[in-house]
Amino acid sequence: MSNHASHPYPGTKTPEGAPRREWPLWEVFIRGQHGLSHRHVGSLHAADATMAMKNARDVYTRRHEGTSIWVVPSSAVTASSPSAKGPMYEPADSKPYRHPTFFDIPDDVGAM
Amino acid sequence: MSALGPLATRMGDNTLILGHRLSEWCGQAPALEEDIALANTALDLIGQTQMWLGLAAEIAGEGKTADDLAMRRDVWDFRNLLLVERPNVDFAYTTTRQFLFDRWHLPMLDALSRSSEPRVAAIAAKAVKEATYHAERSAELVVALGDGTAESHDRMQAALDALWPYTGEMFIGDDIDAELASEGIAPAPESLRDGWEEAVRTFLADATLSVPDSDFAHRGGRSGARHSEHLGHLLTQMQWLQRAYPDATW
Repeated sequence: MSNHASHPYPGTKTPEGAPRREWPLWEVFIRGQHGLSHRHVGSLHAADATMAMKNARDVYTRRHEGTSIWVVPSSAVTASSPSAKGPMYEPADSKPYRHPTFFDIPDDVGAM
Repeated sequence: MSALGPLATRMGDNTLILGHRLSEWCGQAPALEEDIALANTALDLIGQTQMWLGLAAEIAGEGKTADDLAMRRDVWDFRNLLLVERPNVDFAYTTTRQFLFDRWHLPMLDALSRSSEPRVAAIAAKAVKEATYHAERSAELVVALGDGTAESHDRMQAALDALWPYTGEMFIGDDIDAELASEGIAPAPESLRDGWEEAVRTFLADATLSVPDSDFAHRGGRSGARHSEHLGHLLTQMQWLQRAYPDATW
């Protein structure tokens, strides 16, 4: 959450003089149809899981996008570090044989 | 069935005026998530207005539409509860007003979905799903803010004290209501009082808010006899386009 300002409402007074805190951040996953997997659609702020679920419903499913919602505290997500992208991803660049592109796929198999 | 038109007008005017009030928050709510949720609720209510005022226009005949009723009537022709025309003031007032209304609206729509008049039953059956969500959401907010910080508690208590005298009107019936009830079209307003009061008191206790000790009720909204000055100001904004440019089209 380093991209959020430590004081989200600059210039505002707070009752106890303590810095005003934002609600915790939640990641939202929505399943569009039965049989598909949940997909990350974005994030939002909410005080607790119940409120996060309601906010997710209001913010991300207004146009009938979903049949199921997951909300996960962003703090529970462990992310790979951008600075490690060399050792993490580049070794895969030179290994085209890992893609199964050398097989002829019969037409009647359809999309794979 | 001369009472059917007034029923549709009352239901539609409630959702129209409250929907407009909520839309005033658009772009100004305390958090992006609340902003979108309020706008969603406003749109739900305007959608219900289209159905109710559509029915009222159909009954009125003369080629009238829901838009005519919404945009071309003046204050004295509106039949909404005084509660829904109360100004937004702050987020506590807005939340409390919504909560007090939703807890009446939900059982009202539930009863109307079993109306002997099929057109009423159809509109109510569609609206009751939206109202269920609204009622759940506003009750949670009331508990969260009432039982929140000292400041949020005080603001919620002030809002409740100010709005409480506007709740009684929901449960005072007149000749129109008596006719609707006798024909099985709509429940008698008085019959919804106990359920409303029980639900409201339960949530308010959870919210650590004290219920005002008064049963004085402002009235005159649903009869049209005595709207507050706030409705006139609301209409000048809502109806501005039709007043300035009658019959304007896109």
